[in-house]
Amino acid sequence: MRFRAKIVDVACLNHFTRVINTIAKLAKTCTLRLTVDKLYFILTDKVANGGVSMWCELSQGNFFDEFQMEGVAAEHNEIYLELTPENLSRALKTAQNAKTVKIKLTNKHCPCLTVAVELPSLSSSSRIVTHDIPVGVIPRRLWNDFREPTVPDFDVSIYLPVLKTMKSVVERMKNLSNCIVLEANLNGEMNLKIETDLVSVTTHFKGLGNPPWVSEDGSQNSTQDRDPESMAEARIDIRKLLQLLAGQQVNPTKALCNIVSKRIVHFILLHEEVSLQYFIPALA
Amino acid sequence: MRCLVTGGNVKVLGKAVHSLSRIGDELYVDPTEDGLSLRAVNSSRSAYACFLFAPLFFQLYEEGSPDPDGEPFRCKVFMKSFLGVFRSLPSLEKMVEKCLISLNPRASRLVVQLHCKYGVTKTHNLSFQECELLQAVFDKELCANTLRAPARVLVDAVVHFPVTLAEVTLGVSPAGKVSFRNYLDEETEPSRTMVTELCLSEDEFQDVQVQQQSHVTFCLKEFRGLLSFAESSNLPLNIHFDSPGRPAIFTLSDPLLEVHLVLATLSDPNSSSQVCSTTLQARPTNGAFPMATPDDDFMGDDIDSYMIAMETTCEEGPGLPSSPTFPQRRPHPGAALESESSAMESDLEGAVPGTPPQKKFRSLFFGSVLTQSQVGTHPGPSQDVLAEDSEGES
Repeated sequence: MRFRAKIVDVACLNHFTRVINTIAKLAKTCTLRLTVDKLYFILTDKVANGGVSMWCELSQGNFFDEFQMEGVAAEHNEIYLELTPENLSRALKTAQNAKTVKIKLTNKHCPCLTVAVELPSLSSSSRIVTHDIPVGVIPRRLWNDFREPTVPDFDVSIYLPVLKTMKSVVERMKNLSNCIVLEANLNGEMNLKIETDLVSVTTHFKGLGNPPWVSEDGSQNSTQDRDPESMAEARIDIRKLLQLLAGQQVNPTKALCNIVSKRIVHFILLHEEVSLQYFIPALA
Repeated sequence: MRCLVTGGNVKVLGKAVHSLSRIGDELYVDPTEDGLSLRAVNSSRSAYACFLFAPLFFQLYEEGSPDPDGEPFRCKVFMKSFLGVFRSLPSLEKMVEKCLISLNPRASRLVVQLHCKYGVTKTHNLSFQECELLQAVFDKELCANTLRAPARVLVDAVVHFPVTLAEVTLGVSPAGKVSFRNYLDEETEPSRTMVTELCLSEDEFQDVQVQQQSHVTFCLKEFRGLLSFAESSNLPLNIHFDSPGRPAIFTLSDPLLEVHLVLATLSDPNSSSQVCSTTLQARPTNGAFPMATPDDDFMGDDIDSYMIAMETTCEEGPGLPSSPTFPQRRPHPGAALESESSAMESDLEGAVPGTPPQKKFRSLFFGSVLTQSQVGTHPGPSQDVLAEDSEGES
C-alpha cells in the first residue's frame, strides 16, 4: 500500500483546503477512500452520526501535481483510511503560503497520513513543517460498508436558493426550534418552516427551478406524474441543516436537494470537479 | 520609589505587564539601583520571568530610600489590578502621554498615574503587600546550548501549533538542525493525536551554539507571551538550555531593558541521572554525584521534573551552601550562587515538613504540572530527596 501526492499550485491548495474544511465541519471522523484518479470522503449513516451520511468526491487531477497510489492488490487498487478531517484541516491551515505540500501515507508510531509543508523562510533554505495525522487502515472485508449511496427515489427535486440567504434564514430559525420543515414542489417553490407552540414561521422561496432527472431506462422520473403544486415535506434536525449551510466552503456552482416525503432530504453541492452529497434523515 | 515613563515606552511597559500576566497572579515590584524590575512566578513555580527596566528607560527614576537594613522597599501587587491599568494597548498608545508610578511605603499604596491627552489624568491606587525579593536561581552560562534568533522567526515557528497545545519540545543537534514538536504526554494516545514537527535550518538563526544533542520540553503559553513582547520590541531572543529537566532560559537584552524568562523543562523518564539536575542550582558535575537511586523507573516521570530553586537576599552571610532541596547529600560546598543565602537553611529545617514556605523563596519544589495524578499515587524514592518541602504531595 503506497500513497504519495503533491500540490504545488496555490489556487489548487486553497481549493483543496476549502474542501477539507467543509468536510471537517460536517464529520468528526470519516473515511478517506483513495483510487487512482479520485479521492472520496465518506460518512456512513451510522446512528452515532445522527443518521446523517455524506459522500464527497473529487478528482485528483484537479488538485494534485503528482499523485501516486498503490492499493492493497492490483485487482483492488484502492486504499480506505479512517481519518479525523479536523486534523487534516489544521495541517493545511499552516500551509497557507506554502511552496509545496506533500501528502503521503507513512508508517510511524502508527499508520499516518503525513502532510509535509515546505514554507518560504527568511533564509535561503526553506522551512519544513510535517504533520503526522494518525489514520486507521480499513481492511478489505469492510470496504462494502462504504458504497456510494444511490439517489433515493425522491418526490421532489429542486435547486436551492443562494446558500448564504438560506443560511441566514435557518440561523435565525434555529433560535426558535430544534427542527425545521423543508418542503418543496415541482413548481420551483420551496418553504422553510418552523412550528412551535408559540410561533409558526415560514420563509417562502419561489422560481427556484426543478432539475431534470432522467432515470436509467431513459424515461423521466416518476415525479412527472406529480401535481406541480403539491408539496413534498420532511421535518429534519435544524442543526444538521445549519451544519451543512454554515460549514460548506466550496461555494458550489450548483446546489440542489431531493426530498423523499417524510423520509430523507438529499443535498447535492457541485463545484467543478467536487461533488458533495449530504443526507439528512427526516424526524419521526 | 518614583518613576516616570513617557511616549512609546508606556506601551513597552504595558506589553511587559501583559507578558508577565501570562505567568503569575502576582506582580513583584522591585526598585533597585539598576532599575525597576517587575517579576512573576507561576503557582506551580515552573515559570519565572523578570523584566528589568534600566533607569535610562525612564524620564525620571528615583529608586527610593532603603530601609534601615539597607534593603530597598519591595512589594507585590495583584497581577489583575496592575494589568487593569495597562489593559488596552491601543488606547495606551493613543491616549497616554506619560505614566507615573510611585511607591511610598508609608502611604501603603502603589500609585499608577496615567496622564492622558486633553488633560485627563487617571490615578490607580493599588494595594500591595510587602515582600522579599523573588529571585530564581539559574545561570545561563552553564547551559550547553544557545540559540539566538529574531523573534519573528520563532513566532512563525510556533504559529503552526494549536493554541490549546500545552507543551512544545525544542530539539537541537550539533549538526545545526533545530526542531519544534508538539509534546504528547503519556495520557494521550499517540494513535489519536496529530504530531506536528517543524524544522528550522541553522541559517535562520543569528547564532547557534550546540554542544550536545538535546531536546527539552517546556510550556508554550509563557513562551508565546514572551515572544509577543519580543516581536513588538523587535529584539532578538536568546534561548539557553541544557539537558531535559534542567531549566530553559529565554533572554532579551537591550541597553534599556533586560528580560529573563525561566521555564522548567520536563525531565526525560528514560534518562537515569535526571533527578540531580532538576534544580536550577544543579551543576553540570552533578551527574557524578550519587544523589538518587537512578534504577527506579517511574521516578523519572513523576515529580522531579519541575523544580526551580528560589533564593531571597533578605539574609546574607557566608555559610554552608547546601540546598534544602538536597539537604544531606550534597558533598560539594562550592556553589557560588547559593552561598549568600544559606542562612535560610535553618528556617526551612525548622518548618513543618510538607509545608511550603510562604514567603521565603529560597528553594521551592516545583510541583509537576503534568503528572499531578501520579505524584500522589507513586511517591517514589526521589521524594526522599525532595522531601523538605514537597508541594507535590498535595
